[in-house]
Amino acid sequence: MLSPAPALDAMTSSPGGSLLVLSIVVPVAGVLVAFVLGDRYVRLVAYVAILLGSAITLAILVALPQSKGPIVYLLGTWSPPLGIALRADGLSAVMLAATAAVICAVAAFAAADFPPTATKTRASFAFWILLLAIWGALNTIFLGGDLFTLYVALELLTFAAVPLVSLEGRADTLWAAMQYLLFALLGSVLYLLGTALLYGLHGTLDIVLLSHRVSAQPAALAAAALMTAGLLAKTALFPLHLWLPPAHAGAPSAASAILSGLVVKGSFFIVVRLWFNVMPGLPGFAATQLLAVLGAAAIVLGSVVALRQQRLKLLIAYSTLAQIGYLFLMFPLAFGSSGKLESGGALAGGLLQAVSHATAKAAMFMAAGSIYATLGQDRISGLGGVGRILPISVLAFALSGLALMGLPPGGAYLAKELLLQAAAEQGQWWWAVVLHAGGIFTGAYVVLVLAHAMVPAGRQTTSGSAAPRIQEVAALALALCSLLLGFLPWEAYLPIPLGGGSDKLGFAALSKALLPLLGGAMVAILLGRWELPPEHLSRWKAFLEAIDPVRRAALAPSDLIGRCDDVLRQWPTACICLLSLAALFAASMLASP
Amino acid sequence: MSVATAFEIVLAAVVLGLGIWTTAVRETYSATVGFVAYGLLVALVWVRLDAVDVALTEAAIGGGLGGVLLLGAAARLRNTELVLTEAPGKATQVAAAVLAALTGAALAGAVLLLPDPAPTLAPTVVEHAWATGMTNPVTNVLMAFRAMDTMLEKVVLLLAIVGVWSLATDGAWGGHPGPRHRADPHGVLVFLARLLPPVGIVVGIYILWTGANHPGGAFQGGAILASMWLLTIMAGLTDTPPVSSRRWRLVLVAGPGLFLVVGLAGLWLGAAFLAYPPAQAKPLILGIEVAMILTIAVTLGLLIAGAPERSVK
Repeated sequence: MLSPAPALDAMTSSPGGSLLVLSIVVPVAGVLVAFVLGDRYVRLVAYVAILLGSAITLAILVALPQSKGPIVYLLGTWSPPLGIALRADGLSAVMLAATAAVICAVAAFAAADFPPTATKTRASFAFWILLLAIWGALNTIFLGGDLFTLYVALELLTFAAVPLVSLEGRADTLWAAMQYLLFALLGSVLYLLGTALLYGLHGTLDIVLLSHRVSAQPAALAAAALMTAGLLAKTALFPLHLWLPPAHAGAPSAASAILSGLVVKGSFFIVVRLWFNVMPGLPGFAATQLLAVLGAAAIVLGSVVALRQQRLKLLIAYSTLAQIGYLFLMFPLAFGSSGKLESGGALAGGLLQAVSHATAKAAMFMAAGSIYATLGQDRISGLGGVGRILPISVLAFALSGLALMGLPPGGAYLAKELLLQAAAEQGQWWWAVVLHAGGIFTGAYVVLVLAHAMVPAGRQTTSGSAAPRIQEVAALALALCSLLLGFLPWEAYLPIPLGGGSDKLGFAALSKALLPLLGGAMVAILLGRWELPPEHLSRWKAFLEAIDPVRRAALAPSDLIGRCDDVLRQWPTACICLLSLAALFAASMLASP
Repeated sequence: MSVATAFEIVLAAVVLGLGIWTTAVRETYSATVGFVAYGLLVALVWVRLDAVDVALTEAAIGGGLGGVLLLGAAARLRNTELVLTEAPGKATQVAAAVLAALTGAALAGAVLLLPDPAPTLAPTVVEHAWATGMTNPVTNVLMAFRAMDTMLEKVVLLLAIVGVWSLATDGAWGGHPGPRHRADPHGVLVFLARLLPPVGIVVGIYILWTGANHPGGAFQGGAILASMWLLTIMAGLTDTPPVSSRRWRLVLVAGPGLFLVVGLAGLWLGAAFLAYPPAQAKPLILGIEVAMILTIAVTLGLLIAGAPERSVK
């Protein structure tokens, strides 16, 4: 069993360490072999690499609880600071497992969309190679023990993710990919600047060695602020989200699932490493609050704008924006009385939230992809009857929606319980309010989509081709996985306090589930864009007339938030926000004693 | 004030001025020319800082190949220049200027506050030179102590190729990147393309070889080879290879591929992944570097050539 707060302390290779190297080498070797063999064999190579890589991830998951502390591997036998160490702690293991699960499901989903046939050679060639590259990059991020190795992994991740956005080659997706590339590179530069400052201060970039040496000097604070701002730009946390909606909504569905489910978690994970492992004592109360304020703003803006969308994939992309905000609520809740970020229940909750969002959001994009392919479009007003044509996809969408809302026994439920518990212990009730509001908002857009999908077919016809059954099943399997995450033995990997979220199916748990559902329905009625067929609406005429004044009052702030989003997605505004955030983080860290 | 100090002050002032001019100038073409000059002067700054390895790379990439790429882009953008003239409002400009100045000042302050002498791993690196039998500390860090980073960086280059190729139209997939260049067979370009490459190839190989003990290495050498190759392509003496060619794809993965194979051999037969037995370290590393210089040269050349445009007949 791991100690509750796995310290990344060991400086010698431990048994099983070579598994860590192999989990990076296998996808990378897959990239190289697939590139040479090319076109006809690219999918086959990807499948072999995915099977091998998943087996290695499984082996790490088995080996970690048996080792005392983290698994360590010294590359080339050189120990830090001269060499580089790979280290797997509980956090790495959890993320490795979630990544492997999502990659497997997406690979099954994409088999039909990216066949190695003559007509679609270009897209298939790029997709399978980039899929493996993203996997290798993420595994490097989860295992890397050195801030510069993490930078290289971030580059790998960005260069693999950007071409996925424009695989379809339309002008608007090319523009989205360009925006993504440029903004992500700005983030990289800020991260690299911070890394250089830290090396200049301490002569090492090893995470463990730095954690012993870092102190609250001005240069270290500047480094922390720059790196945080850069990573937030890559994670698309409000207000740095200009690139995310067009990129995630414009990519092919299998790619959207990877981008939304996994890629943004890479830079998020480095923020966690930086704040919890490298410099837990540096940020201080104000900076953690600032991070969560951005998260709360992301939840409100992302959800409200999601409810205003006409297209399903854009709605899901804005939902990702809101869910990214949710991930940052753990930071103030992990800030203990010792004046440091503590690896406790809040951290476990945040990581669990990341894992459940990875699985649920990938499932949601895959379900939306099947709907898009079958209907030939994804307008929410045109979803009528889809519940009858594609019951499995709609079920997958609904289940992943329930998981995201935080319904038991999902991983997000457990996460929410842990975060609420931490909020109560810290006396920070305001974050408990945000946590509940986040669940309600999620409920709102899920209800809105399901309501449109469940009405009988209007005049729309299916103009696309039927989605293969395997695609629907892959989405459903991943959604179920997200909804059943609460049953897994997380205590072996994450620092979960005793008794945290033990009640998963009792009466109390189920009654808590009603709040996001009912609240979500209310919010959806007030703020949603309703375009149901008129004959369906007439039944509700009296009700609609009764709530009309309230709805009008609610739509005014919603319009304001929509306009605010338009302004934030302008380049000059986004760049000003980026630098302002760096300055704000530096100021708030300076202000803390 | 010595001559060297005076030179440094002038150099710093010119670099700063050029940087501001490049940012402020309106035409894309002028900005590109400014940027290329800026890259070459920054390389001089690195030389003054005794970082000759970095200087070589900066001159090759920032001034040379990056310049070629940007000039090509600027030529393509010339017709659209008139459309993109909307400037942000005054308030936005002032806010951006204030923030950029603030960030710059904070960075300068942070750099000045760094401990002096700086904590450094350089002596440790020199102490461990026995492990490879080579005395250039930069090569030792890149190829031995932090070999994993170097290998992954080469994979980043390969992904850049995949990204550029993915921009092709479906019809041109498998074909030759970029346009087929034609030049006057008696013109100066063709003359240079016949004259320079033999010299350039020798210099590129020399820089690789000397990198074991002196500044230089696979990346700088590869950049020189790439520029020689591009010269012959632009003079119309050779054509870019079709992207479906398996032989050329093998060259593109040779560097990271051999790195990976040697690394795995270390895992199975030796002490660890990417651990070289001290007796064979130098030949192994040189072997990887030879594969890398080829990979880097072809990668950089094809990155500049662009996406496949002409299908194979």
